[in-house]
Amino acid sequence: MGMIRLLELKDICFFRENKKILDHVNLCLESDKFYVITGPNGSGKSTLAKIIMGIEKPDSGRILFDGVDITDMSLDKRAELGFGFAFQQPVCFKGITVYDLLNVAKGKKITKEEACNILSKVGLCALEYVDREINKTLSGGELKRIEIATIIAKNPKFAIFDEPEAGIDLWSFKNLIRVFKDVRSSLSGTTLVISHQERILNIADMIILMESGKIAKMDTKDHFMTGFFSGKKCCLGGDMDE
Amino acid sequence: MNKTDESLLKEVLPSDVKKADVYNIRKNGKCVERKVNPYISIDSKEDGSGIDIYVKEDTLFGIINIPVIITESGLKDVVYNDFHIGKNANVTIIAGCAIHNDSCDHSEHDGIHRFFLEENSKVKYIEIHYGEGLGSGKKVLNPVTEITMKKNSYMLMDSVQLKGVDNTLRKTKATLYDNATLVITEKILTTGEQYAKTDFLVDLLGENSSTHVTSRSVAEDFSYQEFNSNIIGHGSCYGHVECDAIIKDEGKVRAVPEIYAKSVDANLVHEATIGKIAGDQFTKLMSLGLNAKEAEDMIIHGFLK
Repeated sequence: MGMIRLLELKDICFFRENKKILDHVNLCLESDKFYVITGPNGSGKSTLAKIIMGIEKPDSGRILFDGVDITDMSLDKRAELGFGFAFQQPVCFKGITVYDLLNVAKGKKITKEEACNILSKVGLCALEYVDREINKTLSGGELKRIEIATIIAKNPKFAIFDEPEAGIDLWSFKNLIRVFKDVRSSLSGTTLVISHQERILNIADMIILMESGKIAKMDTKDHFMTGFFSGKKCCLGGDMDE
Repeated sequence: MNKTDESLLKEVLPSDVKKADVYNIRKNGKCVERKVNPYISIDSKEDGSGIDIYVKEDTLFGIINIPVIITESGLKDVVYNDFHIGKNANVTIIAGCAIHNDSCDHSEHDGIHRFFLEENSKVKYIEIHYGEGLGSGKKVLNPVTEITMKKNSYMLMDSVQLKGVDNTLRKTKATLYDNATLVITEKILTTGEQYAKTDFLVDLLGENSSTHVTSRSVAEDFSYQEFNSNIIGHGSCYGHVECDAIIKDEGKVRAVPEIYAKSVDANLVHEATIGKIAGDQFTKLMSLGLNAKEAEDMIIHGFLK
């Protein structure tokens, strides 16, 4: 069977302050696959994810989604089209509750029960959280799980998670792996996760390695892990390995 | 009462005025309807300048509505209302004020409210201000609130002004005795060329008295807001003042939070934040499918909720 191209990046370049952040990136991602992008800090992973979502605009190159050129499409239009993005540092609000945000994510009014079901999927005791304001009284791990819950609620065709493990404690991290295994099996569509963590890499179908703004390598998880981690027990720049 | 009156009342009262245990409706400077009960009385002052509300000791869960509506353009209405809250009483007082002005003359209401809370009493005081009308005449509301809180009393003051008031100077002054607690939350949205100034002065006289003053405001277009607060701690006490403002367009906000500790045992905190809506808040909501306008509305609505 030929591959079904869902997202295609053609010759993407992105410069900031005379520095080449993305250097002629070409990438094809298929439907219903779980991808992990890894690589050293500063290799351009987050920028690439933001360009796919429409948070940043590339200086040159094109982005095709389902064969349609979306390079000039705004962030909200891409969200409507089926993109979702979990931020590395979840945003805090004043007065907006978890329930409010889940309603927005879902695109319609949902019941408290539906909201609670979504929160349970990220391991939050739903009744305690559904009416909580998304502000700084929540811990990093709680904010991160709420952030992931918004993506589960949205159920996008193309879900992007930017370093879901960043800023959370080890206990939350162990739960996060479980959450991602669930996401892996329950979210339809394509998932793209930026991560340094071997255990997240282990869930992937395909692993993409970025170095100095380029795609250095893209391979199936098995091939990649055999080559990259043989004889090593480490992570790529992360600091949460056991 | 005509349809305009009824619609004005709806803007400033959370529920039907007739459902309150006790009420006094003031229209264009005169009382038009009043209801009392054996526990809460409302008496007109002898000089006609306002009303005295007496809540008997131990009265529990009484709801008192004292709305004011002004539909007569050019009227300046000044009223002095005194609230005497007996020992152990627990009441909710809702003082909505609405102005409808279709003319070029200014309409103004200055409500001077004095609260006397006896020992162990509790008051929830909600003040909602609203203006409407197509005339060029200004809608002006200048409330003055003076609060005296005896031992162990508690008061929550919730003040809201979200629409249509062109000019407001809001003065609140409170004196707290032992173990008294005063919580003030203020929410203001100004648009056009509206002007809103708030002055809070809280004297923490008693031992273990405490206050929390929170102001959330949004200044849009060319509007101007000023927030002054001064908390004075005389002994072992706690005071916290927080001013949080969002500015848009050419809106301006000036915040002057002042705290003055007169005792080593006073614990006083102030915080003030003014700025436009954080870009990452827009990005998050837009990444969930809202357009920029919808995202802004949601952020502001949540902020002032």
